[in-house]
Amino acid sequence: MNVSDIIRLLSPELILLITGFVVIGVDLARRREDEGRTAAAVAVVGLILAALAAIFLYFSSPNQIVFYTMAIDLYGLFFKVAAFIGVALVIIASVNYMAGRSKFLGEFYALLVFAALAISVLVSATNLILIYIGIEFLSITSYILTGFLRGNERSEEAAIKYFLYGASAGAILLFGMSLLFGLTGTTDLAAVGKALEAGGDMHWLGLVALVLVLAGLGYKASLVPFHQWAPDTYDGAPTPISAFLSTASKAAGFAIVGRVFLVAFSDFHPEWTQVLAAIAVLTMFLGNLTALKQKSVKRMLAYSSIGQAGYILLGLVAVSNDPTFGGVNGLMIYLFGYIFTNVGAFLLLLPIEKKSGGSTDMEQFDGLATRAPGLALLMSLFLISLAGIPPTAGFIGKFYVFASVINQRMIVLGALAAVNTVIAAFYYLNVIRHMYFAESAVEGGVTVGRGLMTVLAINAIMVLAIGIFAQFFMTWVNSSLALVTASGF
Amino acid sequence: MVGQALFILTAGITLLMALGVVLARNLFHAALFLVGAFFGIAVLFILLEAEFLGAAQIIIYIGAIATLIVFAIMLSRHVMGKEAGAYNRNWYFALAGVVFFFLLLGWLLIKMPFNLVTAEVPADAIAQIGQGFVGHYVVPFEVASVLLLVALIGAIMLARER
Repeated sequence: MNVSDIIRLLSPELILLITGFVVIGVDLARRREDEGRTAAAVAVVGLILAALAAIFLYFSSPNQIVFYTMAIDLYGLFFKVAAFIGVALVIIASVNYMAGRSKFLGEFYALLVFAALAISVLVSATNLILIYIGIEFLSITSYILTGFLRGNERSEEAAIKYFLYGASAGAILLFGMSLLFGLTGTTDLAAVGKALEAGGDMHWLGLVALVLVLAGLGYKASLVPFHQWAPDTYDGAPTPISAFLSTASKAAGFAIVGRVFLVAFSDFHPEWTQVLAAIAVLTMFLGNLTALKQKSVKRMLAYSSIGQAGYILLGLVAVSNDPTFGGVNGLMIYLFGYIFTNVGAFLLLLPIEKKSGGSTDMEQFDGLATRAPGLALLMSLFLISLAGIPPTAGFIGKFYVFASVINQRMIVLGALAAVNTVIAAFYYLNVIRHMYFAESAVEGGVTVGRGLMTVLAINAIMVLAIGIFAQFFMTWVNSSLALVTASGF
Repeated sequence: MVGQALFILTAGITLLMALGVVLARNLFHAALFLVGAFFGIAVLFILLEAEFLGAAQIIIYIGAIATLIVFAIMLSRHVMGKEAGAYNRNWYFALAGVVFFFLLLGWLLIKMPFNLVTAEVPADAIAQIGQGFVGHYVVPFEVASVLLLVALIGAIMLARER
């Protein structure tokens, strides 16, 4: 492999790395004048270029390992493109929100670009060491972004909780990895998989390692019982960061759980199906039942995002070789649609928060349909998609995930998921009821900035497009299932 | 035989120190116990003929991290000298969980036929570690440097006066 090949294969990461530095530099030069607008613009351009580079790579169908530890395959590239788009949308929407709230605007956008870089490295990692560093990179960036509103107690509390939980999860992950290394003598995922397949006696200790690794990685995807940080962090973090943490960061968590389980633990498939099924059921019920009781819409979305993680995990539970309902393709289309839906739903809280001075209680949504019909319509669209009602992205995701579950003859699991959809529909539709049928306690319209409006429009278009042109997106997803299963060393 | 005895002695002291970290009511004492635990682990590395790791353990963990913790405690005066219990009402759940996990893991580890490497430690082990950093593990090595940069930015931002 020569230098130009390496540069080509790592181009998304290199572009993001350079962008991160340029954003800091640009901000130094223009900090006073424009409240970080130039820095944000540079960051978005960098992310779009990185996404284009990833798409370009995608069409050359690479399926190889660069520098022993990074797999450039279609599976990884899919998640890269999705995450870059998500982060770019979050940055555009942050510009008005962050101006005036922090002095460190350039750093804010640079950190988001570095978070995208961390995701990019993480979803490609094929080595336990790189997985650990990628997780820590993403986590540390996220802690800083969560606590970015200095002096805001809830933001600081959210960051501290996330940090303490993340540090413990990191230690558990390392412990599991050390067991794997002791068992197999290698840190390469494919080689670990081969060794576990060959040695019969390692079964039980391998299973303990599997649970520990799942605990360490599962916290990123906010799977119950590794979710305790999630409600307070999503609720207390700056709202654009909540949107980022509950979508792009969560997608990265699922991507790496998928890669580790499919490549390194393929021999344990029967066992992890049961473990993951139990976790998925717990996650769905806890997230959805707790969301029912919430008075604040932001906190409700935080719990709903835990419940959604349960549905997404079903895709991995029901993994099979079926070309239509293979499980993993359901997980991927679900996450892709979910990024647009949830980023949209969280960002729609921005104008509401601005009007109410921080509160996102249900009363703030009363009569929104008469005060701001456009916003109410968009919010309804995102909520309908979260509930999984056609013709939206959420429906397509749920359809493919649930169909995979039924296809694997897991009838009880499918029924439990259906029960959860009904519970969830209740609280999603409750917000719509408040917007359309409740008397407004608050007077006056709600203003939305141009940047935020653009982002919301893109989200809405994508939510509908994935719902209506599902076939097109599924073709793309189905061709993105290729995982590198060769050893890197 | 001597190695075995040394190991048991060191491991015992390290465990006692670690217990001290958790149980000490004074935060400053906990920090000092932590230094002891780090030192015990460094000795374990040296007993395993991993001199480089032992030295790195002392330089990084005792030289940098523990010193920093002590500084942090001394600079935040309202914590210094205060007694704070490490218990809350869930401590027996935690104890039960930990004991269960310890027994499970201990049983599995004793049962497990590990593939032990019996070869001599190569003379140029440190050179091989260095080659690993720029060879097989170059991506993790480089990503770690960006991670440190991000941590630096974050630390400056969080520590600056508002």
